Amino acid sequence: MQIIQLMLVLLTALLPIGAAASERLTIAAASDLRYALDEVVAAFRTEHPGHAVTVIYGSSGKMTTQIVNGAPYDVFFSADIAFPRRLWAEGHAATEPRPYATGRIVLWSTTVDASQLALADLADARFRRIAIAQPAHAPYGQRAQEALEAAGLWEAVRPRLVFAENVAHAAQMVQSGAADIGIIALSLALFPDLARHGHHLIDGTLHAPLTQAYVVTRRARDNAAAQAFAGYMQTEVARAVMARYGFVLPHAQ
Amino acid sequence: MLDLSPADWQAIDVTLRLCLYTTLILLVIATPLAWWLASGRSAARTAVQAVVALPLVLPPTVLGFYLLIVLGPRGFVGGTLEGVGLTHLAFSFEGILIGSVLYSMPFAVQPLQEAFDALGRRPVEVAASLGAGLVDRFFTVVLPLTRGGFVIAATLTFAHTLGEFGLILMLGGSIPGETKVLSVLIYDHAEAMNYAAAHRLSAILLVFAFAVLFVVYSISRRFRAAKP
Repeated sequence: MQIIQLMLVLLTALLPIGAAASERLTIAAASDLRYALDEVVAAFRTEHPGHAVTVIYGSSGKMTTQIVNGAPYDVFFSADIAFPRRLWAEGHAATEPRPYATGRIVLWSTTVDASQLALADLADARFRRIAIAQPAHAPYGQRAQEALEAAGLWEAVRPRLVFAENVAHAAQMVQSGAADIGIIALSLALFPDLARHGHHLIDGTLHAPLTQAYVVTRRARDNAAAQAFAGYMQTEVARAVMARYGFVLPHAQ
Repeated sequence: MLDLSPADWQAIDVTLRLCLYTTLILLVIATPLAWWLASGRSAARTAVQAVVALPLVLPPTVLGFYLLIVLGPRGFVGGTLEGVGLTHLAFSFEGILIGSVLYSMPFAVQPLQEAFDALGRRPVEVAASLGAGLVDRFFTVVLPLTRGGFVIAATLTFAHTLGEFGLILMLGGSIPGETKVLSVLIYDHAEAMNYAAAHRLSAILLVFAFAVLFVVYSISRRFRAAKP
């Protein structure tokens, strides 16, 4: 009995030390951040080696659903501020949504040089399969649909559309050659592997802005690593990475 | 009564067509394959049996990923089709049908193989010695004696195809009326936080899947009881 008691005392004494030494941080991020955030996280890790950071990418709608249902995410980077606003309004966030960048959509293809194209060229039947993210829950898919509708192309293009789970999946559909062209995030088209093929920047006035915002979730309100990472997004290092991936940044505060 | 939207009906239509065609195609392919597997032991048979069972252990995304590459315009199958002026098979109903046939193959082959094993060679040999031809032997001897195995193979294939998700998500491209099946539509509804619609379709699938499995198990019970 005494031994067990002693072990319990030892354990309770040791636990807080272990927690302070390496705080765990799980980030849920929209898939347009796949390459940019990887670089930011790598820089964060070298400056804060104490924190164990994990990043999970997916569609913003999916991750919002998961957070509402208790997913163990500490910080959520959404491709559309509407999702974190909803989390904040429903009490699932510990901080107000904070914009960190504005995203853009581009035409991108591995079969033709998309930089020589315009959006209207999608009406051309030689593009037999056009990949976009699922408009029902992926912000980049919603904006792609808005742009196509504003350009009067939606009806002409719709029978040839294929829908990806998120915008990175849309890029993968194009990269595999299975889709001839796609509407993807500028931040993905600028990743070195993908940037070997040209892209055409779609007129930003054709769709609502892709205002990206993050929140710290309710479960992480006392997580120092989450606060530290949120703060890190405002640093020059992080902003330089984001700018390099084509994100339009809010003014420094 | 169920208050389903046209998009829901469209997905139900695609799903049922996919299940039906997969089942029919697999019964045609799996019957000779299972017969061959049941008619002896050899290294070749063991290898084929292992390949047939692969979809049981591989994640559907692996199969989906390989098929997307093989059936797409740069793959062997898709490229050959493009070469002769046809269209590649990624993001098409035919594409997900091929995927479903491979994915549900073990569910058709294994019950048939068991049924043929239980039957043994004797009845067929007797029929042959009495002058019955190959087709005659199959329809008048094998089929009536192993019909329980056929019913189980068909229902399991149908039910398993009903629950397919990862493969179709990779290979299908969620095209309404062509590759958007119920499981993908439920996923989209849930992601879009359209819970009422997700609940409705999920409940339908749940009840339907239960009914199918209930039928399978009651048949398999009767089949076992009827055996000498």
